[in-house]
Amino acid sequence: MRFMRAGKRITPARVGRMGWSLVRGVIVIGICFTILQPLFLKFSVSFMGESDLYDASVRYIPKNFTWSNYRLALSGMNYGTVFVRTLLLSAGVSLLQLVSCLLVAYGFARFRFPFKKLLFGCVIFTMIVPPQVIMLPLFIKYRFFDIFGIFQLLTGSSVNLIDTYWPFILQAATTMGVRNGLYIYMLRQFFKNMPKELEEAAFVDGCGKLRTFVRIMVPSAVPMMVTVFLFGFVWQWTDSFYSSLYLNRTQVMSTALSSLAANVYRQYEGFGGSMSFISPGYVSMINNTGTVLAIIPLVAIYVFCQRYFVEGIERSGIVG
Amino acid sequence: MEYFRRRNGKWRFSLTGKDAVAGLLFILPFLVGFFFIFLPLIAESLRFSFSDMQVTGDGYILTQTSNRGLGNYLRAFTIDPDFNLQLLGSISQMLLQVPLVLIFSFFAANLLNQKFHGRTAARSILFLPVIISSGVILALENSDLLVATLDSTTDSAAIGNLGAFLNIRSFLAEYTSLPISVISVLATAVNELYDIVIASGVQILIFLAGLQGISPSLYEASSMEGATQWENFWKITFPMISSLILVNSVYTVIALFTSESNEMMTEIRTTIFTEIDYGYGSAMAWIYFVCIAVIIAVVGGVISRHVFYYDER
Repeated sequence: MRFMRAGKRITPARVGRMGWSLVRGVIVIGICFTILQPLFLKFSVSFMGESDLYDASVRYIPKNFTWSNYRLALSGMNYGTVFVRTLLLSAGVSLLQLVSCLLVAYGFARFRFPFKKLLFGCVIFTMIVPPQVIMLPLFIKYRFFDIFGIFQLLTGSSVNLIDTYWPFILQAATTMGVRNGLYIYMLRQFFKNMPKELEEAAFVDGCGKLRTFVRIMVPSAVPMMVTVFLFGFVWQWTDSFYSSLYLNRTQVMSTALSSLAANVYRQYEGFGGSMSFISPGYVSMINNTGTVLAIIPLVAIYVFCQRYFVEGIERSGIVG
Repeated sequence: MEYFRRRNGKWRFSLTGKDAVAGLLFILPFLVGFFFIFLPLIAESLRFSFSDMQVTGDGYILTQTSNRGLGNYLRAFTIDPDFNLQLLGSISQMLLQVPLVLIFSFFAANLLNQKFHGRTAARSILFLPVIISSGVILALENSDLLVATLDSTTDSAAIGNLGAFLNIRSFLAEYTSLPISVISVLATAVNELYDIVIASGVQILIFLAGLQGISPSLYEASSMEGATQWENFWKITFPMISSLILVNSVYTVIALFTSESNEMMTEIRTTIFTEIDYGYGSAMAWIYFVCIAVIIAVVGGVISRHVFYYDER
């Protein structure tokens, strides 16, 4: 009873504050629970045997603890290969789009050029067009890729870029990747809030525009850059929209996850049909295991970047 | 021509001109992407929506649809029995969810901005949905029957009568005299709490950043003058953050409308890729897009009229 100590009287204000912190505690814990509970459920389901699904007395703690779901999911997703491939793809794409978005954001934040407002409106425009609108032309573009008919002239036909990584690279390099408009917006607000004096001092000392940018602006934007990188990485990692559009035969984490149940089914058939029918419950159990496997690397990165992430947002001035 | 000046009889870039060139060079990646990738795609998609498309071995043939190209659009509105319903359903659900997401994220950001034990941990957990509930994971989660049934069966088995008691809709209908529409909004808020929490990650981040940006001296000054916390909130916090309410509502509309779990989005996707009806799918996508654009314009217009800017820039 802290408030009973000598010299401290129980005042209404004090009681009110205590009451509020109690209420606040309950609310915060409640929200955290709402977020963590499904995660935890997924995690525990992934260790359950099939009979546990139909056992009403089992809720979180599996009765028949088993690793077999993981064994199935690991082989069904071809996890090792897919993991390395997705890691390289996501890291590459998010680095590339970070660089291009940084440049564009700085250009919009600090320079005056004709049609600037209109062009920035275009950035917003790329954000609000649902990807479904351009899905098909996008596919056709990379299926029959050509730059002003140059390839047609040289080799007689356009190039098929489907099932290569070029579409990802081209989209990222030209800031047309997943939600790049948002990154440009965030970084622009950050740069706008930086004091101009820093750059002016650099100019006076004879630093060029690009060098000022690389030497002065970029280092001070690190927390924000980590945030953008993290967003880019995660959204690339879980994106099945563009991945399934650009890659037909090559599987990445998200596409492997969505075809996991079908793969497991096929494996069973290959073993001589020991299971002629997979129950929906079992399918969902395998899917949950796969989801846990796909999430684990993300959570690891999040824990690692978390400090920058929160700090970056706090100092960002997305405000502006 | 402020961008050029004359020197020794030749036209050169002036200082502003050089600045403009540098700026354009910096945004070059975007210019290339927008004018050589994005705009052609948009134009192409618009052309598809006015056409019937047949895929051949090495390309495709477009033929204009009936009614001078409007066939696909007319089909969506007048022939397809599901489209209007789905569109309306999608939009009304969003219109319900957007304010709920905004209110929740604003509230949560205020909460996370206060000082208490375990604040860092709470922040990390609240931002977690940004990481784990995106793309394919969200889509899988929504189609996951098992966890849903597991929840409902164990709920009804274990809680029994209490579960029925907690059915908020019937509870409110029976014991209060609120109009049905209000009840359904409240019930949605409670039943979709998880969806709302999951959808609020980025918005909480943005609001929190804004709250951190408010200068403490404002609060000090007003408290000196005898303002209560309640007054501080409405007279300082709310106006200072109003520009972010605009940003967030636009972002929320976009995020909810283009999320992979959205009913309309899946419908367009199946039309294009499973039913291989490109023209019709594109037309649906365009109608949907126009609806989003209108909603964003209205929401943006209404909110921006009430936004307060501390220093007009």
